[in-house]
Amino acid sequence: MSTTLTHSWFMTMRHLRNLARQPWWIAITLVQPVIWLLLFGAVFKATADIPGFAADSYVDFLTPGIVVMTAAFAGGWAGMGVIEDLNRGVIDRFLVSPVRRPALITGRLVQLGIVSLIQSLIVIGLGLLIGARFPGGVVGLAVLVGCSALLGGSLGALSNGMALLARKEETVIAASNFVLLPLTFLSSAFMQRDLVPGWIQSVARYNPVEWTVQAGREALTVSPDWGLVLSRASLLAVLCAACTWLATRAFRSYQRSI
Amino acid sequence: MMPTGAAIEARDLTKTYGKEVRALDGLGFTVEAGTVFGLLGPNGAGKSTTVKILTTLSRPDSGQASVAGVDVLASPDRVRWAIGLVAQRSGVDLEGTGRENLTLQGQVYGLRGTELRTRVGELLERFGLAEAADRVARGYSGGMQRRLDIAMGLIHRPRVLFLDEPTTGLDPEVRADMWAEIAHLSGNEGLTILLTTHYLEEADRLAGRLAIVDRGRVVAEGSPNELKGELRGDAIQVELGDPQADGQASAALDRVPGVWEVTVEGRSLRARTENGSAAVPAVLQALEAGGIRVASVTIARPSLDDVYLRHTGRSLTRTEEHL
Repeated sequence: MSTTLTHSWFMTMRHLRNLARQPWWIAITLVQPVIWLLLFGAVFKATADIPGFAADSYVDFLTPGIVVMTAAFAGGWAGMGVIEDLNRGVIDRFLVSPVRRPALITGRLVQLGIVSLIQSLIVIGLGLLIGARFPGGVVGLAVLVGCSALLGGSLGALSNGMALLARKEETVIAASNFVLLPLTFLSSAFMQRDLVPGWIQSVARYNPVEWTVQAGREALTVSPDWGLVLSRASLLAVLCAACTWLATRAFRSYQRSI
Repeated sequence: MMPTGAAIEARDLTKTYGKEVRALDGLGFTVEAGTVFGLLGPNGAGKSTTVKILTTLSRPDSGQASVAGVDVLASPDRVRWAIGLVAQRSGVDLEGTGRENLTLQGQVYGLRGTELRTRVGELLERFGLAEAADRVARGYSGGMQRRLDIAMGLIHRPRVLFLDEPTTGLDPEVRADMWAEIAHLSGNEGLTILLTTHYLEEADRLAGRLAIVDRGRVVAEGSPNELKGELRGDAIQVELGDPQADGQASAALDRVPGVWEVTVEGRSLRARTENGSAAVPAVLQALEAGGIRVASVTIARPSLDDVYLRHTGRSLTRTEEHL
């Protein structure tokens, strides 16, 4: 176990270092959620005027949604890095070494989590700047960011696993495109739950994006229902662990196919 | 598989991809410790598949293999500590520097602290990468990336090193440097090297013993000289004026005494004879009598390509050209 942790850290360092060498990638990654926040905030501003909309301003409501969405998208696209490593033979080199298989996945997920954390802080900071208020304070924000990281980790692990099975950039792109937007809109990221059609409410119950949004928003209220927060956070933790396990198993399928 | 004194032992390996492609069809060979063993054959003959299986990356459908005395199928984890791999398509992380690549590789094998730093510095020096050590590998030349690959394969002082097509895609000059490097490696520390290649000259120069691989099987095995020695006499190669398909050319030569093993591929005719220069007039005469135009004639001592031709019915040089 401790070897797996050490190996994960070595891999995390590798991924972080490689990221740090791509200034354009960093710029785009950091600016994108800002654009989402400003854009969605402007387009859906009138939402706050809908009768029955509980939040005082739409920015209060939207900011946690954008944090979650950002984490989900970063996770969904994570498989692209695996494809690159596969094409360059880097994965094969590690697979014939004594490196622990889970570390090849968790190293990527930890890097993803660190990037997500930075993105979240930027979105939250900007939200505060344009007038969003979070009564739940620092604890609430920590829950939001933590749950988002678990969501990003789950989708990231799935994306990595799929990349190992499909081994094609096109497949990862198609699958991410196919899944990410619907997953985001089949949740209350942008719209209060009791204001969307009943079927979406039903579907959302099984949507991990919705679990994350629920946990985050609840933790940010004046007096959170911690039972609800805990139940959603636990679901996300279990999901993340299961997806990581699946992604690690995908190495076997990959090795069987070559 | 029973462990033996051999560094590598492969027996009856078979592997099929999908339903159609039979990559290995009962391949087997033995490599003595401390030697350089070559697997020679064209692309698709099964060389890389063999390396993937022996390095624990892939598994055969059937058969047995052991590396450094450890059963590859039963204990892949133990095999991984004993081997180094320089894969055909490299494994260098192009976004990392040479030093970072080597350091991570060392960390994976449990090297830490001063020991790791010393070993990394030593390898960078030895492979002429010291100056470029802190530059990102994307900017390295093909030869530098290849040397970094070899350095990474050696970081944990493996007992068996696999070199899968180590000079494919390199410039001829760089290839010669790489040959010197590999020849140098083989003399060291009792290292066993398995080399795969489709370059005859490479196999001839580097391998103490080699196996000629064709369609997933070993068709001949021995030292380069033994293999060439099996061929009696000289090789005659005739470039014909026109491609031959109907066997007219070989039929014409069948009547010439002292000439055997006549094969024709496209415009190239090959035959063997006891004494090359003495046979040329008769060969030319026979071809002329058959109405076949001749562009040029060459006589040579048997080469590995002749060995390859004899065992597979095709010329390796030609096979490569057609790919």
